[in-house]
Amino acid sequence: MNEWLIKGARLAGGEVADIRVADGIVVDVGRNLSAPGVQELDAAGLIALPGLVDLHTHLREPGREDAETVLTGTRAAALGGFTAVHAMANTEPVADTAGVVEQVWRLGRQAGYCDVRPVGAVTVALAGKNLAELGAMADSAARVRVFSDDGNCVADPLLMRRALEYVKAFDGVIAQHAQDPRLTEGAQLNEGEVSARLGLAGWPAAAEEAIIARDCLLAAHVGSALHICHVSTAGSVEIIRWAKSKGWQVTAEVTPHHLLLTDDLAGGYDTVYKVNPPLRTQADVDALRAGLADGTIDCVATDHAPHPVEAKETEWAAAAHGMTGLETALRVVQLAMVDTGLLDWAGVADRMSARPAAIGRVPGHGGPLRPDAPANLTLYDPAAPAEPVDPAAHASKSRNSPFTGMALPGKVYATFLRGVPTVLDGKVAR
Amino acid sequence: MSRHLISAADLTREEAVLILDTAAELASVAGRPIRKLPTLRGRTVVNLFFEDSTRTRTSFEAAAKRLSADVINFSARGSSVAKGESLKDTALTLEAMGADAVVIRHSASGAAHRLAGWVTGSVVNAGDGTHEHPTQALLDAFTIRHRLAGAGQRGAALDGVQVTIVGDVLHSRVARSNVLLLHTLGAGVTLVAPPTLIPYAVDSWPCEISYDFDAELPKSDVVMMLRVQQERMTAAYFPTVREYRRRYGLDAGRMALLPEHAIVMHPGPMNRGVEIAADVADSPRSTIVEQVRNGVTVRMAVLYLLLGGAEEAA
Amino acid sequence: MCAVRPELSPGDRADDAGWKAVLSPEEIRRALSRIAHEVLERTHGGDGVVLLGIPTRGVPLAQRLAARITEFEGAAVPHGSLDVTLHRDDLRLRPARALQRTEVPPDGVDGKTVVLVDDVLFSGRTIRAALDALNDLGRPRAVQLAVLVDRGHRELPIRADYVGKNLPTAHREMVRVLLEEIDGEDSVLLGEGER
Repeated sequence: MNEWLIKGARLAGGEVADIRVADGIVVDVGRNLSAPGVQELDAAGLIALPGLVDLHTHLREPGREDAETVLTGTRAAALGGFTAVHAMANTEPVADTAGVVEQVWRLGRQAGYCDVRPVGAVTVALAGKNLAELGAMADSAARVRVFSDDGNCVADPLLMRRALEYVKAFDGVIAQHAQDPRLTEGAQLNEGEVSARLGLAGWPAAAEEAIIARDCLLAAHVGSALHICHVSTAGSVEIIRWAKSKGWQVTAEVTPHHLLLTDDLAGGYDTVYKVNPPLRTQADVDALRAGLADGTIDCVATDHAPHPVEAKETEWAAAAHGMTGLETALRVVQLAMVDTGLLDWAGVADRMSARPAAIGRVPGHGGPLRPDAPANLTLYDPAAPAEPVDPAAHASKSRNSPFTGMALPGKVYATFLRGVPTVLDGKVAR
Repeated sequence: MSRHLISAADLTREEAVLILDTAAELASVAGRPIRKLPTLRGRTVVNLFFEDSTRTRTSFEAAAKRLSADVINFSARGSSVAKGESLKDTALTLEAMGADAVVIRHSASGAAHRLAGWVTGSVVNAGDGTHEHPTQALLDAFTIRHRLAGAGQRGAALDGVQVTIVGDVLHSRVARSNVLLLHTLGAGVTLVAPPTLIPYAVDSWPCEISYDFDAELPKSDVVMMLRVQQERMTAAYFPTVREYRRRYGLDAGRMALLPEHAIVMHPGPMNRGVEIAADVADSPRSTIVEQVRNGVTVRMAVLYLLLGGAEEAA
Repeated sequence: MCAVRPELSPGDRADDAGWKAVLSPEEIRRALSRIAHEVLERTHGGDGVVLLGIPTRGVPLAQRLAARITEFEGAAVPHGSLDVTLHRDDLRLRPARALQRTEVPPDGVDGKTVVLVDDVLFSGRTIRAALDALNDLGRPRAVQLAVLVDRGHRELPIRADYVGKNLPTAHREMVRVLLEEIDGEDSVLLGEGER
C-alpha cells in the first residue's frame, strides 16, 4: 500500500492542494488531482507540513530502557508528527564510539517509525577532558554530523575550540549545552524570586549566557559551526542575535516548554517542573518567543527527556531533570506561537522541519513538499477540540510531562515516513 | 489552621497570635508537679529526622509526651545517595503505622511539602533544607513577646518591634521563616550580612537589607545571630573567619551599642567566637537558653492546635 | 419577669430563641450572698478555702464570692481560675479550642478546700474535666462545687454543694448566664432550643 492521494490539505497553512504520494516520494502536488484506484485521505481542514525534525531527543537506549527505548521513543515521535529525530549521546554506554552510534542507528531502522540520527559525544564519556573519535562516528553507517555532550557542558574553552575546529573536516556541528559548571554547582531552579523563596539553590541566567558568548566568539575565530541547545534566557537570545548580525555560523534551538512555562510553577515542589536548563521568568518566555518568531532562534527542539516514576517521585533535590515532549511539541508551539499570532504555519514548517534538517545536515527531510521530494510529511488539525494532556495515553514509556492535565489545542492527524504512514487518524499505523 | 505547618507563611496573624497565646498558657505546665496533660492521649506523633538534630528532636519529643501522645522516633540518617524511595516509602510505612502527625526534618528543601502529599496525618516541618523552620520562628516570636511585652502579652502581636537578623541568610531556613512570621506579626525586619550571603531576589522579601552592622545596632529591639558555617569559606562567601567576625560578629563592644532593653537571640548551635562572642552569649540580654525552653512550649501549642480537636472540614 | 427580651446580648445568635429571664439581677445578688454564707458555714469560717472559677463566667462569679466572703468575714480568700479545655472529654468533636487562663493563687491547692465555681451545671462533664485538671495541680484536702444555676440532666455522678437556683429544664432548652463583668448586665436567660 505505497500509494496515497491526500486531498484538500493546506500546504504549510497556505494554499489548499492535493498531494500524490507513491514509492516513497511526492509524485504530484496540485489542485483536483486524481489517481484512480489509489486510497484517498481526506485532509480537509488539515495543515500539511514537511515531516518535523527534532534536533534534540533522549531515546535512552542503550542503558536506560526502563525510561524509554528507540522503539517507544520513535513511536512517540511519529505521534508528534516527527519523521526524523536526533538521539542525544548521554546513554549508557555513552555514544562516543562508532559502535554505539551504529547500534542506535540500526535500532531506529528496525523500529521504522522515523529516521534516527544519533548524536555523537564531543568528549569521551562526556567527561569534558578528551575528544571522542568524532571522525570515526562521522564515517560510520550512522553518518553522525551533530556532536554534543548534552547533559554536560563542554566547559574547557580550549577543548571547545578544538572540537569546533576538528569537525570542519566533515561538515559537522558542535551543539553546546551552555551551563558553566562552577556557577551552577548544586543548582536546582532558575535563580530568582521563586528559588529564594523555596530555598532551592539558584541557576543564574549568566551561567548560560557566559558560555554562549564565549562559544560564539570561538566559533567565529576558527570559522566553524556552533549550535546552541535549549536556549532559555532573554540574555542568551540577545547574544545570539548579536552573533548572527556578525555573520557568524551560529544556530540555536528552543524547547516547547521554555516557550510556555515559568519558574513559579515549581512553587509546590512538583518535580515534573524540574528541568535543565530550568524554567525561567515570563520575560524570558516572551524573549524566546520573539526570538523564534524573528528567526534568531532557528528551531524548536523537544529535549524529550523521559524518566521512570521513581526518578521523579522524590524531594526536589533528588529528582531527575527533564520533561517528555515529543507528543505534545507541535500542540504547544501552536498555543505559544501560532495562536498568539507570532508565527504562521509556514514559519512552523521552517522552524520545525526545514531549519533543523539543515542544521543536522539530514538528507531527505525538511521539505518543501514538491514533486520528487521524499514523502516525509505531517498532517495536523489545528482546529481539533483542545484536549487535556494525559501521559497515560502516550506512546512514550515515561509520564513526566509538565503539560499533564493542560488543554492543548490541535492534533497530529497523520505522519508519513517516505510515503508510508506511521500515524493515521492520530493513532500508530504500523 | 490548616492541617499542616510547613511554612511560616501558612499562618495568618490571628493564627500566629493564637499559637503564642496557647503557648503562654501551656508554659505554666512546666512548673507543675505533674508536667503532663491528657489532651493528645491515643495520638501518635512520629519524629522523622533525616538530619541529625538532638536538640530539635528532643524538643518535639518532650512536647508530644507532655501532651500524653505516643512518640515514635524514626531516625533515617540520609544515605549518601538521597534517593527519594526513602522518603516516599517511609511515608507509606508511617501511614500504615497510623501516624497522626509526622514531624520531619530533612536536608532537601521541599521535603515537608512532598511528605504532605503522601500522608493523611498532619505534617510539621522541623526544618527542610534551606527552605523553612516555622516552629523555630514561632518560638523566637514567643521569646521576643515574652521578653519585651512582659505581662501584657495575651492577644498581642509584635507590632513596631525592630528585629535585626545577622549572618548567613542565604542558607538559613531560620531566617526565611523568621522574616515571614515577624512580618505577619507586624515587626520590622532588617537583614545584615555580606552581600554574598544575601539571597539573589531578596528585594521581593518583606524586609530591609543592610551591610553595615554597627549602623543597625542602635535601632534594634532584637538582634538575632545566625550560625555561620566555616565551610562557607571554601566557596568564597567570605575570605576568612577573622574578617567575618570583624565585620559581622556580635562582640561586647557591639552589644554596648544596643538600646537598654534590647535582647540577643541565637537559634543554636552557636559558633562561640565566630558570629557571637562568649561573653555576649552568656550575658543577661541573651535569650539563648530560654529559647530552648520556649521551644518545648511552642511545640506543645502547635501539636495541640493541629491534633487536639477534630479535623477542620476541608 | 417573664417578658421576652427584645435586645440580644453580645454573642447571641441573630435569630431570637425566645429568651426569657428566669433570674433578675437582685435575685442573682441574693443567691451569691447566700452561697457566700453557706461556704463560710460549711468550711468553718473559710479557713483554707481557695475559690477557682471555671472560665469564662465562673471566673467573675468566683471573684464576687471572694469579695462577699471577705466582706462578711474580714479575711481575704485566695481565688483564681482553672481552665479545663485540655481535660475535656469532647475535644475530638470540634476543632481545637483556644485555651483560657489558669491562675492558681501563690499558696497552691495542696491541703486546701478548693471550691470550684461555675455559672451553669448541666451534664457534669465540665466539672469532671475540672477535677482532672485540679488533680494535676496538686492534692486538695477537699473539693466542693458552687454553681449559680443547676439545670439538671446530669450524665455523670456529679453534684453541686452550693446552688444559686435549681432550674428544671427540658434538655433541648438553653440556659444563658449574663454577667456585668463580661456581658454588661446580670441576668439568667432560658431559651427554646432548635427543634
